[in-house]
Amino acid sequence: MYSFDVERPTSVADAATALGKEDAQALGGGQTLIPTLKQRLASPSVLVSLSGIDEIKGVSSDGGKITIGGGTNHATVAAEAGAYAALADLANNIGDPAVRNRGTIGGSLANNDPSACYPAAALASGATITTNNRDIAADDYFQGMFTTALEEGEIVTSVSFPVPEAASYQKFEQPASRFSLVGVFVAKYADSVRVAVTGASEEGVFRWSEAEAALSGNFSADALEGLSVSGDGMISDLHGSGDYRAHLVKVMTKRAVAAAS
Amino acid sequence: MPKDHGIGASPKRREDVRFLTGTGNYTDDINVYGQAYVYFLRSDMAHGNIKNIDTSAAEAMSGVVKIFTGADFEGVGGIPCGWEITDKNGDAMQEPAHPVLAIGKVRHVGDPIAAVVADSLEEARNAAEAIDVDIEELPAVVDMKAALEDGATKVHDDLTSNLCYDWQFGTETADVDAAFAGAAHVTTLELTNNRLVANPMEPRVAVGDYNRAGDHSTLHTTSQNPHVIRLLMGAFVLGIPEHKLTVVAPDVGGGFGTKIFHYAEEAFVTFAAKACNRAVKWTSSRSEAFMSDAHGRDHVSKIELALDADNNFVGLRTDTYANMGAYLSTFASSVPTWLHGTLMAGNYKTPAVQVNVKAVFTTTVPVDAYRGAGRPEATYQLERLIDKAARELSVDPMALRRQNFITSFPYATPVAVEYDTGDYNATMDKMEELMDFPGFAARRAASEAKGMLRGRGVNCFIEACGIAPSNLVGQLGARAGLYDAATVRVNATGSISVMVGAHSHGQGHETVFPQVVAEMLGIDEGMIDIVHGDTSKIPFGMGTYGSRSLAVCGSAMVRATEKIINKAKKIAAHLLEASEGDIELKDGQFSVAGTDKSVAWGDVTLAAYVPHNYPLEDIEPGLEETAFYDPANFTYPAGAYACEVEVDPETGKVTIEKFVSADDFGNVVNPMIVEGQVHGGIAQGIGQALLENCAYDENGQLLSASYMDYAMPRADDLPHMANYVVDHSCQTPCTHNPLGVKGCGEAGAIGSPPTVVNAVLDALNSGNHDVEHIDMPVSPSRVWEAMNG
Ligand SMILES: Cc1cc2nc3c(=O)[nH]c(=O)nc-3n(C[C@H](O)[C@H](O)[C@H](O)COP(=O)(O)OP(=O)(O)OC[C@H]3O[C@@H](n4cnc5c(N)ncnc54)[C@H](O)[C@@H]3O)c2cc1C
Repeated sequence: MYSFDVERPTSVADAATALGKEDAQALGGGQTLIPTLKQRLASPSVLVSLSGIDEIKGVSSDGGKITIGGGTNHATVAAEAGAYAALADLANNIGDPAVRNRGTIGGSLANNDPSACYPAAALASGATITTNNRDIAADDYFQGMFTTALEEGEIVTSVSFPVPEAASYQKFEQPASRFSLVGVFVAKYADSVRVAVTGASEEGVFRWSEAEAALSGNFSADALEGLSVSGDGMISDLHGSGDYRAHLVKVMTKRAVAAAS
Repeated sequence: MPKDHGIGASPKRREDVRFLTGTGNYTDDINVYGQAYVYFLRSDMAHGNIKNIDTSAAEAMSGVVKIFTGADFEGVGGIPCGWEITDKNGDAMQEPAHPVLAIGKVRHVGDPIAAVVADSLEEARNAAEAIDVDIEELPAVVDMKAALEDGATKVHDDLTSNLCYDWQFGTETADVDAAFAGAAHVTTLELTNNRLVANPMEPRVAVGDYNRAGDHSTLHTTSQNPHVIRLLMGAFVLGIPEHKLTVVAPDVGGGFGTKIFHYAEEAFVTFAAKACNRAVKWTSSRSEAFMSDAHGRDHVSKIELALDADNNFVGLRTDTYANMGAYLSTFASSVPTWLHGTLMAGNYKTPAVQVNVKAVFTTTVPVDAYRGAGRPEATYQLERLIDKAARELSVDPMALRRQNFITSFPYATPVAVEYDTGDYNATMDKMEELMDFPGFAARRAASEAKGMLRGRGVNCFIEACGIAPSNLVGQLGARAGLYDAATVRVNATGSISVMVGAHSHGQGHETVFPQVVAEMLGIDEGMIDIVHGDTSKIPFGMGTYGSRSLAVCGSAMVRATEKIINKAKKIAAHLLEASEGDIELKDGQFSVAGTDKSVAWGDVTLAAYVPHNYPLEDIEPGLEETAFYDPANFTYPAGAYACEVEVDPETGKVTIEKFVSADDFGNVVNPMIVEGQVHGGIAQGIGQALLENCAYDENGQLLSASYMDYAMPRADDLPHMANYVVDHSCQTPCTHNPLGVKGCGEAGAIGSPPTVVNAVLDALNSGNHDVEHIDMPVSPSRVWEAMNG
């Protein structure tokens, strides 16, 4: 690690001020950022820890919506987001207990790793990502792997998910990292079905619109029978080809629908 | 009733108290007053000419003590190889120089270019970033077959090619050809034995220290064999005689082979401590371990089996390419040859067996012994091939094996070894009983009803352990003897310290060795401790690998204890005023046969050290004996393993539903520890079979350079304990060592990979599926590609 200063603000306002300094960077649970620093792949001058800001922690639900503070760790979501069981379940399968007790939803969404789980939930749920400046619709938020609509220094303060009638996240794990090799989140709402896929595409999380259309008319795994996904533009690596990932998208979508219905 | 002490009992591992409570003393726990830290600047290029290294800016940076490059090691020896192989033409292998720090060229990602010694690790690392290195990139040499083509880029310019040796062994070519010419059926298989990273929980660490007053160097290191390091580093690299060099390997957190070898970092810290007059410490990061610990396996083989019309094996021929990596690591050359070729007959009476091995240099991390070392590679080829033959001939794979088993002992194979004992049908019977094969059809049907495929796989194996008879391995090119030594030091009150040459890095020697001595003397195990891992305290020792500790070092300990008993009887005879021949030792009491006269163990030991009433004219005071033991033969543990897997045809994911091992380890001293060793070994073999894959791209970049991409087995990759059955009840004791033990450390890792892959292929040939071949690791994507490719 290179040396850096640490600030520990207790309010979003103070954090935003601190993040205005040159080369300042927000520190959530550190589960992605700390390993990056250890490898000397990043060299912020100031780390602004968000872990002392109570106003961005916690889970609340009302009127068909569940809202999670950006600084809430995965273990808390797993334990307290029961109103949206598929989301709680997703949180409970991220990493190991140490990761779940440190890593935060805000950090995960800010990082937008192409294999991360939360992006699939946010996109499939049509969630709203709230920052210290504005509200961003999930459809506008994810802009390709490791890229989001966030401006420099912008802080994810909360994420609110409309709770669907039925939903399921099916994660096929990459054998080494156990991130998703392919993860599919299916959410059925009164007027639509949304399907978001993570792990597979070189463009990061995406919505599988053909499946959404097919499922909107008939929410059953059979509805997906005739569909297929192309391997073009899919990630191809040691753990699987683009074609394999494309195949898994369909398998995991069917399983998610079956689990949700 | 199971015994509660001595040989055959299962006392809990006494060393675990300190390991589990965080009070172990590992090398990284050792800090020498005033020590400096070294950071190695390593090549990020697979292959290149070093044009220039400019350290001037770095030297001026804060905290820097000294910066070393290859030039500082001119005049110092290179890292030696411990085994010379003679090729099929009678010529010595090509043996390249292996400098401590790169000279002229870098030859793999991770090759150390420079070393910065500084007051702190961060300062050393900062300075390393300021070193200006100019390297002219050369083509990487990754594929072994391409590396041997004419005109291929050479890894070592001063060698004639990238071929280390072309070795042939076993039956003469004409006789093997004749066996194949007369065969009714020939089965051929090409396969890869995947490259692995050993990944012990504790990465390597080395602390060098130098005492100017006594001109004495001390190296604390994560080693399985401190005396071997003292020998190699002292004699071949740094030129330090034994009495001026101490090597200490304290608690070591796992080795699996990769901590046998002498590494450049060890020589560096020892050298630098003297040059800087300051202790120097190196602690490997996990990332560094991936690119500097010797890797394992990495063989590509073609193997052929000839059968007669009655399905008897009549000939076996193998052609293997073995990756050596960029340099020859300590035992690298012996693994694909003597540790592999000699096992190629397996458990079968095939009359003609010929093994061919080409060892190849590539621009990758050196490859050397990894749990099983050569024997897993042999077993994997043979047992995959037999299964394939059984499928081609539509015969039961178990029946085909049984029909060809060796059944009378001793048995000399066509590949130079003589099996002393064994009963392969007994382990097969046991395995079948534990596996419930009659229920398989119903279980397969149940799986199919869920849309899953189910398969079962079996495997028989033999290994050569208790490494090794020195005169034999000397003839085969070993540059050292492979005996071991023990000193039994009985103290005045009867307590005992046993100094052993074997090194325990997870095996449980501290528990097991005292069980043996306690049994022999009839005293409480709590009175006995072993001392290991320090060349200044132990007479000598070749260390722990090749499942040798109890078979070789344990035998030395038995011999030394026998000497103790002989002397103690003389003392007892004097105290009891009886003749020595009438003295019996039982339950820690010396008594005169046929009388009620006796003295206790403690009375005799006290007399030895307070010799007021003592036969001083006949024997010396004191009670301490040393023995060296050189084994007469290898030991030959063998076993039959089986497993059942479920394969999800949609995703390709394999789940191991049940695993059974039936091993013959000869006598067993501590059943609990043996079971633990086998459980761990099987887990490691399952890791190789399903998960682990050390992969390079065509540019020689390591693709699996961290746990993000290198998959280690985890608890949930293994069957539940109730379905993870380890049996060692079949026991044919070794005939040539005093304990009748054979060694159990590697069996699991040798026997399990083919078992798993055979089961997967059985599943992939059920129903209307007909997958002929798959390579390890049998990952979900590979299974899917095999089914849909
Ligand atoms: C072993 C391991 C396994 C894992 N497995 C999974 C898995 O299976 N699935 C999965 O989805 N993830 C997985 N993760 C990642 C984990 O979920 C991390 O928690 C997550 O990627 C980052 O969250 P964090 O709070 O730790 O963020 P940090 O590491 O602290 O920060 C990450 C990035 O986000 C920024 N940031 C942090 N918080 C905010 C905020 N509130 N607003 C704006 N920017 C912010 C930081 O500046 C940084 O750029 C794993 C991680 C590890 C170490």
